[in-house]
Amino acid sequence: MTPRNTARLAQALILAAFLGLAALLAVTTAEHLAQRGIRSGFDFLLEPAGFALGESLLAFEPEDTTLRAFAAGLANTLRVAVPGVLLALAVGVLTGFARMGDNPLVRGLASAAIDVFRNVPLLLQLLAWYFILTDLLPAADAALRLGPGVYLSKSGLALPWWGEQGFEPPEIAGFGIEGGARLTPEYLAMLLGLVLYSAAYIAETLRAAVEALPPGQRLAALAMGMTPRQAFLLVLLPQAWRAALPPVTSQLLNLFKNASLAVAIGYPDLVSVAGTSLNQTGRAIECLSIVIAVYLLLSLAAAALSHRLEARSLRGTPR
Amino acid sequence: MISSRLRQLFGDPLNAMLSLGVLAVALVCLPPLIRWGLVNAVFQPDPAACEAAQGQGACWGVVAEKARFILLGRYPAEALWRPLLAAGLIAGSWLVAAFARLSGGKLAGLLALAPLAALALLGGGFAGLDSVPTELWGGLPLTLLLTTAGMAGALPLGVAVANGRRSQLPVLRGILTGYVELARGIPLVAALFVASFLLPLFFPDGMALDMLWRVLIAIVLFAAAYLSEIIRGGLQAIPPGQLDAAAALGFTPWQAQRHVVLPQVLGAVAPSLANSAIALFKDTSLVTIVSLYELTGSLGLALAGDPQWRPFYLEAWIFLAATYWVGCALLARLSRQLEYAHPRRQGHQTRL
Repeated sequence: MTPRNTARLAQALILAAFLGLAALLAVTTAEHLAQRGIRSGFDFLLEPAGFALGESLLAFEPEDTTLRAFAAGLANTLRVAVPGVLLALAVGVLTGFARMGDNPLVRGLASAAIDVFRNVPLLLQLLAWYFILTDLLPAADAALRLGPGVYLSKSGLALPWWGEQGFEPPEIAGFGIEGGARLTPEYLAMLLGLVLYSAAYIAETLRAAVEALPPGQRLAALAMGMTPRQAFLLVLLPQAWRAALPPVTSQLLNLFKNASLAVAIGYPDLVSVAGTSLNQTGRAIECLSIVIAVYLLLSLAAAALSHRLEARSLRGTPR
Repeated sequence: MISSRLRQLFGDPLNAMLSLGVLAVALVCLPPLIRWGLVNAVFQPDPAACEAAQGQGACWGVVAEKARFILLGRYPAEALWRPLLAAGLIAGSWLVAAFARLSGGKLAGLLALAPLAALALLGGGFAGLDSVPTELWGGLPLTLLLTTAGMAGALPLGVAVANGRRSQLPVLRGILTGYVELARGIPLVAALFVASFLLPLFFPDGMALDMLWRVLIAIVLFAAAYLSEIIRGGLQAIPPGQLDAAAALGFTPWQAQRHVVLPQVLGAVAPSLANSAIALFKDTSLVTIVSLYELTGSLGLALAGDPQWRPFYLEAWIFLAATYWVGCALLARLSRQLEYAHPRRQGHQTRL
């Protein structure tokens, strides 16, 4: 047999084994579904969901379709992940600067914070933020006043916002807070946890990128009469940023994926909606394949974006 | 010396402002923290004293009171030495790996044997040890077991997948690439849901697996995808001439992989592998979402149903965070050890 034919035979065998395994799984799964009396198909998406969401960016009632529940879940994921990405980038870059700066106090503080936030599991951090926000804060009628119209209490953060009668600052009224906009403790805990965890990683990535530059770069900049700060901002940072871009994008994508930990503290993100719907309908395969498909699409989009950013940051640089 | 320190702190307006800011924050925050954590704190597991001190001082007694549940979960009380010894074996293997200079083979053997021994100890059912169902395993031994067994399963699979993706066969490459991208694209929580709800549907009757095994399968498949990417990077760094040279010396392709390629690749990517182990160590906390009570889950288990001690969640939390921190620090030290060990092992090459 020629090597070419051997290769063809091997491929055919691999393909057959793969398809055979897939078929076997499909048959066993179908049998089990039949045994347990679970129907399959995506028709449940158009039926009323029958469960309520703790909060939703998209207006959602239990009578709405399950499809809308999934959309609301995705909207909730984006509602925490998009501001999370921007804040994590800002906090991470600032912390990275502090970590690399020449002030020993600030450097020590930044380094300790990075150490703590990176080495404690995110889930544990989320649970702590949630406990602090729901158990240790005062009740709504004794809310902490952080500024004009800004109140923090067990029922979340109240902010001035446009209501039915135009712009209205929230006020303590009776046992609660009225007016303005409300951010729930679940949302705040998610945002805080995700931002601080990712920011610690971004700060470290940035530092690693700067330290990986040849030391001659800094020395040359100093020799040309730049101050250390100028050398850092004008010579080191632009080069390091290019090297840090791929790992930083992957950190930001991780933030999206980590938003799925919302299920542990009851913030209704996509995964937690899928979990609820799965328990209600028993359609495990359908619910989980929706989650997987959405996350794969997000990953693809992030890969494409990162590719474009990289291409742009390389433009005009000598090879 | 002092003047140069002072110049660093107050040399220019920006630094002076930053230093004053940090000092001011420290002055405001530290005294109440010290008062809460040390001066007014209750160190005995005395609920009455803790309740009296609530708000003014920490109740570290909660750690003493609940340590058994947090660290060992719901394991039967009459056989606590088994989870203790199991955790000790795994933690000990990490300690030895982090501080003793072992060669690659011994290191791998040590790190792979420890979880096997721990499994046997926790499960029992032989030599007069009662068998204990996996639902009752929990706390530190479970966290360590999931981490080490996960890594031990994922590493060989990762090596195989990385090699498979460099094969000449497009069908094989396609299937493996699909798997790696799928596993890396989804969050671990989704993979755990698949393990929890879908795997029981996939397995034929009579092959029903406990949640622990299903979760371990998910963790191994998830981690192997990430490890295979690391190893693929290492493989790309091996010049093709090495394989030709090995073939010229009469190595079969398997021997060349085993004795020439793999040792170099694993040596080169060892620090990244250790970083993956750190990530996995922290990620094992997610299995509490599918009701396996490792450290994070057992913290909830220990406090949630106990109104007397629940107010002191934060103190117990700090204890647990410190435990995780120590584990991460140990693995990070292992990573640095591997980083330094590698160039030394091939010192003559790097000096060329």
